Amino acid sequence: MGRSVLVVEDEPNIALSLRFLMGKLGLDVRVAENGDAALKACAEQPPDLILLDLMLPERDGYDVCREIRSNPAWRDVRIIMLTAKGRDADREKGLALGADDYITKPFSTRDLVSRVEAFFAGEAAGSDQLAGDGDVRR
Amino acid sequence: MLESWVVLSVSLLYLCALFAIAYFGDKRAEQGRSLIANPYIYTLSIAVYCTSWTYYGSVGFAAVNGLGFLTIFLGPTLVFLAWPFLLGKLVRISKANRITSIADLMSSRYGKSTVLGGLVTVIAVIGIMPYISLQLKAVSTSFTMLLDFPDLTQAGRLADAPVFSDTTLLVALVMALFAILFGTRHIDASEHHEGLVAAIAFESLVKLAAFLAVGLFVVYGLYDGFGDLFSRAMAYDNIRRVMVVDGGGDYSRWITMTVLSMAAIVCLPRQFHVTVVENVSESHLRKAVWLFPLYLLLINIFVLPIAVAGLMQFPGPDIDADTFVLTLPMAARREGIALLAYIGGLSAATGMVIVAAIALSTMMCNNLIMPILLRIDRLKLTSRGDLTGLLLTVRRSSILFILLLGYAYYRFIGESYALVTIGLVSFAAAAQFAPAILAGIFWKGATRLGALSGLTAGFLVWVYTLLLPAFARSGWLPLDFVLEGPWGIAWLKPYALFGMTDYGHLTHSLIWSMLANGGALIAVSLFSRQSALERVQAALFVDAFRLRSDDGSRFRRGSATVADIQDLMVRFTGRKRAEKMLSAYARSRGVNIGKLQEADADLVDFSERVLAGVIGSASASVMVSSVVKGAVVGLEDVMVILDETSQVIEYSHRLEQKSAELERTTAELRAANERLKELDRLKDEFLSTISHELRTPLTSIRSFSEILYDHPDVSRSQREEFLGIIIRESARLTRLINHILDLAKMEAGQFVWQMEDVSPAMVIDEALAAVGGLFGEKNVLLDVDIEPGLPPLKVDKDRMIQVLVNLLANAVKFCDRGKGRVWLSARRDGDSLLLSVRDNGIGIPEAERDTIFDKFRQISAGRKGNPGGSGLGLAISRQIVDHFGGRIWVDGGEGGGACFYIRLPFSAMALKQGAA
Repeated sequence: MGRSVLVVEDEPNIALSLRFLMGKLGLDVRVAENGDAALKACAEQPPDLILLDLMLPERDGYDVCREIRSNPAWRDVRIIMLTAKGRDADREKGLALGADDYITKPFSTRDLVSRVEAFFAGEAAGSDQLAGDGDVRR
Repeated sequence: MLESWVVLSVSLLYLCALFAIAYFGDKRAEQGRSLIANPYIYTLSIAVYCTSWTYYGSVGFAAVNGLGFLTIFLGPTLVFLAWPFLLGKLVRISKANRITSIADLMSSRYGKSTVLGGLVTVIAVIGIMPYISLQLKAVSTSFTMLLDFPDLTQAGRLADAPVFSDTTLLVALVMALFAILFGTRHIDASEHHEGLVAAIAFESLVKLAAFLAVGLFVVYGLYDGFGDLFSRAMAYDNIRRVMVVDGGGDYSRWITMTVLSMAAIVCLPRQFHVTVVENVSESHLRKAVWLFPLYLLLINIFVLPIAVAGLMQFPGPDIDADTFVLTLPMAARREGIALLAYIGGLSAATGMVIVAAIALSTMMCNNLIMPILLRIDRLKLTSRGDLTGLLLTVRRSSILFILLLGYAYYRFIGESYALVTIGLVSFAAAAQFAPAILAGIFWKGATRLGALSGLTAGFLVWVYTLLLPAFARSGWLPLDFVLEGPWGIAWLKPYALFGMTDYGHLTHSLIWSMLANGGALIAVSLFSRQSALERVQAALFVDAFRLRSDDGSRFRRGSATVADIQDLMVRFTGRKRAEKMLSAYARSRGVNIGKLQEADADLVDFSERVLAGVIGSASASVMVSSVVKGAVVGLEDVMVILDETSQVIEYSHRLEQKSAELERTTAELRAANERLKELDRLKDEFLSTISHELRTPLTSIRSFSEILYDHPDVSRSQREEFLGIIIRESARLTRLINHILDLAKMEAGQFVWQMEDVSPAMVIDEALAAVGGLFGEKNVLLDVDIEPGLPPLKVDKDRMIQVLVNLLANAVKFCDRGKGRVWLSARRDGDSLLLSVRDNGIGIPEAERDTIFDKFRQISAGRKGNPGGSGLGLAISRQIVDHFGGRIWVDGGEGGGACFYIRLPFSAMALKQGAA
């Protein structure tokens, strides 16, 4: 079964680059332009990973993260926050809401790719270790 | 028929009722259950202002002069409504200093001056004399007329009757008796005469009720109400005249009478007595402030109707208008109402005469006779035993003397004048006190010499311009004196001094006497020095509301034995009362007087105030000084004390200022701090927003650069797409940075503007050339409508183009591809240009139309798919338009789009040239 990733990003250029990068990893990529579309996509088919922008029109990234974490059916969905909000407070808020990782824009594409790869490698070894990885990175 | 015995017995019964009320009032006071300790009785006692002059004279005056009579009541109303603080201050001062009369007030204020007190007394007695005679005239006239009932013969020259069978003399004597019985029972004049006040209040009720009864009878008995009365009256030419405010009339007379009556309500000795001396509580004054004007209003309601009715009923000259109140019921054969009208007049007259007599006798005793007696060494009064008997005798003889004097004036002069004229002469005399009183309680610099000079000058002018002419008209002086001036000197004519002929006698006299009075008071005060005692008294009076009542004792030096003080009090107040007051003093201060040898300053001061209540402040000061060793007080001491006091006041004032300043500074600091916090938050937000806005294009650029670098194998078309994004996003980044810098410069005022006169059409053309490509790209139709011949604008051309480009680019951006339309119009609107850019795009929600010009504010719906904007374009546009002195705003366009407007003033210089 193929791994799937959901890119939640309202900026089309960035969405395009992410789609390209994830596609190169051989992942099944879907793009949502806003929070509601993201939740709808999750409901259709929960992805393994969400790349989540925080500054979205209307329902923002924090909201989406909270929704997903409050639904037990989506317990296994991994979330990486990708955001231009670079302050420590923003980062801590994101992690406290249950994000697994937090990457500040502009990011290094190699770094992003290696983190995503690490996620899936860790998942293969067992979810406990993955959680541990998240902690270490913090 | 009204038999003479009926009228007489009713009169006597009424007087007996007064005695009974006064007696009852005094009894209640002795039991400590005061009858008069309420504001209503107080107000009614003040209504002693309304004498028989009001009762009969107002109607007479109205019948001749129309509404002018109202001024006599306008003055007091103004004083009570507008200046209660004046009366309040007088009450406070008088209580603190145990002032017994208006003469005492002046004497006390100006260094306890005996001479000043005496002068005031003389002026008051001479000035009030006509007024008292007026009351006597009113009573005897009405009495005589009533005896002739129902015949309406005019009383004729009553004064022709022999003295001993003259009713008027009888009236004078009866009134003197009443005044003596109830005004001189106690010897302390500053103690309240409760019985007397109760009786006076009762009289005020009676005269009001009687006048209202006559009024109601005339209006509803003789006629069918006000409407009927006045509509009938309108048929007579001569009557219509009195019912309107005389348009071309002599306003100087109105003003004069208002001013005179304002002075009278304060300065007339009897008004001062009931309002100030007999005042029980300052709170009563606060209620009287509106109750008294109400009384005046009530008693005036029927004046005009009665006057009008009288003129209609008695068209001939036989009946004097002054008697209408009485003659109207008589003519209608209504004995009861006629009798009531007579009683009302009687009560108005007796009230005035009794209070005036008591007030004047107190002044004569305390400020004229006693000071003289005390100075005559041969009498050895200063060392004699009990003087209370002497004091009472002096007062009682004074009352008799005053009434007889009034009678004499009446017999020799009174007949030749109407009631109102006599009263106004008295008012003018009383008004002479006003400058010295006002200066005394508001200006510390007013001196004894100044007050003496002012009073003397004013009084002399009054005598010359009002009293002497009155004598002349009565035949006492050659009439040539009035008509030609003394010795034929025209500019000394009493009614036209220095050639002033523009005003009536009264106004003429008031102008000259007040000029002389006030001028002398101010001039002499400025050039004379105050004695130590004057300074102390001036401070006590002017600062009455700030000082405590016992502050006076701080100015006293020297000592006396308690025995001496006790002795002094016993001599002037009698042993019983002296002991009572001393023990009350001891209780309130918590001391045992029996054990004291030396009287301290406080006790000496107390005794002087008690004596002041008995013999006036000037005499009391003399008496107390005679037993106190070591001078009352030296000038040096006063200066030191005053300086000390003023320094302390000054210091505390400065402290107060300081703390107020501190408070203000704290508040300012707090506000500044809040502002700083707010600015800090805004700056934080701004930085975070900018950072976000910069990171977004940067992210695309970095990602695609890295992708292209790491993946050399991407397809050619993809490579071109990615490179295109990199280039566009780089441009966007550059634009953003430029915008941020521009905006920062504009906001900081550092932007360099190249202002010049520019044609609107040219700016629009250049802007269109810059954005033309956009329209083609999105296939949006553009309509341009520019009014020809528009004057130039004074703008920075490039910035103006920037604004237009921004608006046009926005308009295109929010239009749908292929279906979009944009309208640009420029037209003249007065002295300004109105530019509009309208599109048929998605529009702007009404709630966002105000905030859209804020930094980084993009309409929520527009963010999607429109990455090109910096979020600063409109913010910069607004800064630019503001700088040009214009305004930019947005509205909904027709058909759902947005419509941006810019209003810009045309170049002022170009407009001017165009006009020229």
